[in-house]
Amino acid sequence: MTFINSKRKIVTEATQTFTFSRRAMVVGGLQGAIGAMLIGRMAWISVAENEKYSLLSESNRVNLTLIPPRRGWILDRHGKPLANNRTDFRVDLIPQRVVDGEATIGHLAKLLSLEPDEVDRIREELDKSAGFRPVQIADKLTYDQYAAISVRLPDLPGVAPSQGFSRYYPAGATVGHLLGYVGPATAEEYKARKDPLLITPGFKVGKDGLEKAFDRHLTGKPGAKRVEVTARGKIVRELTTRPDTPGRQVRLTIDAGLQEYAGRRLATQSGSVVVIDCANGDVLAMASMPSYDPNSFSDGISHLEYEMLSKDDHVPLRNKTLQGLYPPGSTVKPMVGLALLEAGISPQDTINCPGAIRVGNTLFHCHKRRGHGSLNLRGAIAQSCDIYFYQMAQRVGMDRIASMARRVGMGQKFDLPFPSQSYGTVPDPAWKERKYKQSWQVYDTVNATIGQGYMLINPLQMAVMAARLATGKQLMPNFLLGAKRPAPAPVGVSEEHLVIIRDAMSAVVNGGGTGGAARMNVPGVLIAGKTGTAQVRRITMAERAGGVRGNASLAFKLRDHALFQGFAPFDNPRYAVACIIEHGGHMIRNEDAPMIASDTMSFLFEPEKAMEKLETLEKGWGGPPAERQARQMAAFRLAKAIEKGQAPPPVADNASNAVAANSAAPAAPAPADDANDAPPPPGSNAAGAP
Amino acid sequence: MSIVPQPLTQFPWRVLLLLLAIATFGTLVLYSAAGGSIFPWAVNQGVRFCIFSGMALFLSRVPLEIFNRFAFPAYGAVLVALVLVELIGGVAGGSQRWINLGFMQLQPSEFMKPIIVLAVAKFYAMLPVGEIRRWNAIWPALVLIGFPFMLVLVQPDLGTATMIAAGGVTVMFLAGLPLRLFIGTGLTGAALVPIAFSFLHDYQKNRVLIFMDPESDPLGAGYHISQSKIAIGSGGLWGKGFLQGTQSHLDYLPEGHTDFVFATMAEEWGLLGGTLLIVAFLLLFRWGIRVSMRTPDKFARLTSAGLTTTIFFYVAINLMMVMGLAPVVGIPLPFMSYGGSSMLTVMLCVGIIMSIDRSTKRRANPGNWA
Repeated sequence: MTFINSKRKIVTEATQTFTFSRRAMVVGGLQGAIGAMLIGRMAWISVAENEKYSLLSESNRVNLTLIPPRRGWILDRHGKPLANNRTDFRVDLIPQRVVDGEATIGHLAKLLSLEPDEVDRIREELDKSAGFRPVQIADKLTYDQYAAISVRLPDLPGVAPSQGFSRYYPAGATVGHLLGYVGPATAEEYKARKDPLLITPGFKVGKDGLEKAFDRHLTGKPGAKRVEVTARGKIVRELTTRPDTPGRQVRLTIDAGLQEYAGRRLATQSGSVVVIDCANGDVLAMASMPSYDPNSFSDGISHLEYEMLSKDDHVPLRNKTLQGLYPPGSTVKPMVGLALLEAGISPQDTINCPGAIRVGNTLFHCHKRRGHGSLNLRGAIAQSCDIYFYQMAQRVGMDRIASMARRVGMGQKFDLPFPSQSYGTVPDPAWKERKYKQSWQVYDTVNATIGQGYMLINPLQMAVMAARLATGKQLMPNFLLGAKRPAPAPVGVSEEHLVIIRDAMSAVVNGGGTGGAARMNVPGVLIAGKTGTAQVRRITMAERAGGVRGNASLAFKLRDHALFQGFAPFDNPRYAVACIIEHGGHMIRNEDAPMIASDTMSFLFEPEKAMEKLETLEKGWGGPPAERQARQMAAFRLAKAIEKGQAPPPVADNASNAVAANSAAPAAPAPADDANDAPPPPGSNAAGAP
Repeated sequence: MSIVPQPLTQFPWRVLLLLLAIATFGTLVLYSAAGGSIFPWAVNQGVRFCIFSGMALFLSRVPLEIFNRFAFPAYGAVLVALVLVELIGGVAGGSQRWINLGFMQLQPSEFMKPIIVLAVAKFYAMLPVGEIRRWNAIWPALVLIGFPFMLVLVQPDLGTATMIAAGGVTVMFLAGLPLRLFIGTGLTGAALVPIAFSFLHDYQKNRVLIFMDPESDPLGAGYHISQSKIAIGSGGLWGKGFLQGTQSHLDYLPEGHTDFVFATMAEEWGLLGGTLLIVAFLLLFRWGIRVSMRTPDKFARLTSAGLTTTIFFYVAINLMMVMGLAPVVGIPLPFMSYGGSSMLTVMLCVGIIMSIDRSTKRRANPGNWA
């Protein structure tokens, strides 16, 4: 059968050979043609498109990495560093490049022997990270650890060891709230600025406090490094390096020694101390304790440590100097006294204090149940008599007092380089009408004159008040050394009145008043001040009948705040101080506001003696803050482990310990050394034994 | 009569020198690909080349009749081996291309490349002259090609299957089947491509599209081709210099010592090296085609031209692949890519062609053959 019209062509051996030759030449020709085409194609790629592919090859080979700039130092008024940089070996994880996160973390944890809560933190940050933001594994590595990671890089995709600088705060926790801390930029910050520097491993931005306020100023210009890398990201060699330009420094008005002293002097209390230079309003110290350690925050804090800090009732995460608002209590009395004098009340006018008076329907008590008897202004301030001020305030009215309060800085928002500040309230009739749509009552005036009710103040404002009472000038707090400011406006009171108030405040401390604990042991320097107690609970009539409960018997959160404001020397004020102890309740004399304030003040006059006293006292408190915090952390970690059942609960006595050990002994094979003391087990060859 | 002894003049010097040149160049490239070390590739490749050259020389001494006689039995044996591979592979639960003989792993599909040429050539040699334009001249050849093609295709190994089919079809073409058959089939195939494309799954379409434009997926399926083109393109006219290639040494080029060895070479030797290499291969093909045109024996000339084309397919498919003209299929570049089986196959081809050359010369002057 034929499938085509084949008869048309007669095929013979000869024609077939001819066909073959022809077709073989076609095949050979095709081969040559394809060969030529391939050469042409190659020429196109390698000559015509050479530039494009050379570029691509270079961008494959060369990796440009930014070198994070060293952060500018933060210096105190004497040039001593409050924040500087330390050379540091560190390891980060670039989430984008990680292949098997769990295995990588496990491997690193073993290499660097990381704590379990650190591993949890890394895991969590890796989950949350948006891919481009580096997650810190560890820093402050030893060179050996750094080398151990570096040699294993090919097996650890996404791991980036680097040598850089890390922020260091020599004073630790005592500067925590003042300076804030630094940390990696957040995904939002990167989206907003699109600066590649923000996602460079090791680069950190200010997160709080002055670090945040002066962030741009402190951030320098990044350097750059061109390195040759393999496809797997391993660095083969460095090509060129342009060094970084460190950030500019910031010089503060803070006195590093005083700041640290104040922080330590706050002891185990939850409180704050602010010291202001009466000459120009420079803030010399602004301590809020307890505080987080900015060193550990800047390294990436562990979940556990954060949990501990946030659960602490001493609120170490809040900057109390600016964000803590307290009823000022009796510390407003000198200010109210000044308002009374201004309103024409004679300093010699007396009031009889019977222990309580009736205002409207309510009976208002003096802090002294039996009363002070007859008092003039000086006595009322020195003894902190409430009745005197209840009576006098009713005579002059709230508006005059509120005006004075504002002039001495209460309720005033200052222009400060801090991200947030709470600035308190000075109530007056107009304010109450605006806020509560209620008319002002006499009892409101009575409450306000003793710094209770609606009146609120923060510790910085209290220090400003002290400085303004001391100088009669409206000093403004300032943190930058040598900052140019207009001359302060006067408070607008006569020097004569100020002398009376300063004298009365000196009597508080040195004249048998309520602040005797603040007496300063510096020859020739007398401190003037005013104590205060701010109630945080309402004392009912029933309780008053049965006797007011002592602070010691109350829960921490219900105890009174203890306050002190003052200045020294009383007759020629140089420094002003304010101290507030949250829920201090005046329970421990050497941890109470007056003595803390005066010791802090004495550091400015006789630092050695003040330090000596502090070191003696600290022994009783369990050492300096860092030591106490480390101990607290260890206890918290143990408690957590017990909660999770990872560690046995501590046993009450040694006996039960011994029982546990004994019951375990028979099960375990006895070690060879112990065998001498133990009888040979039955069945063993005991022939050698005597 | 020259003073050089007869066996020496008969020795296929020219082609051996050509092969030696290509293989030496290949070994140099492998030396560079290993970062300037003869280990682990260059030394193995060199030793292999010597062994397989010896094998080719031995084959050149085997009388042509032996190949003729054993063409079908060998075809049968390899076909059985392919079925076995399929069965064992099925048992092992994956795609398997080799049988483990204990001392070596046998990859039957590799042998099928030269043997399909022998078998189809043998068939047309047996076919009476007058039958060549009849149906009988076509279907047995299609069956001969179809079985191994399908078996290799389901392994799955598209590259090898294509080469088997192409080798067989080339012999059919050379045997003198009517030209319009090939043209017609080719046109029909071209017309079917768009229709077939519309039947593909999305991911398959995607693959085809990535092949057309590898830069569209530079980290995924297009990575090999992109990096290969970068290597070739950045080499320029003269190359970056021996041991200076960055794409290969920094591991950007995947498979830089096997399938993509040409890119490794081109990066360091540039267009110059690439042209020289392609010209050398073309010389080899020219030798093979000339051998086939010189020989009067039907089986011998079909075999010689077919085997030459088989080697050509290796080179052409590989080079088209590394230059981004063909999808990535695992076809190595003979004498250049590291690996034993492709060199073995190509040397088998070369050996058989040398044997044909020798028998042609012997027939031309019979007195010389003792």
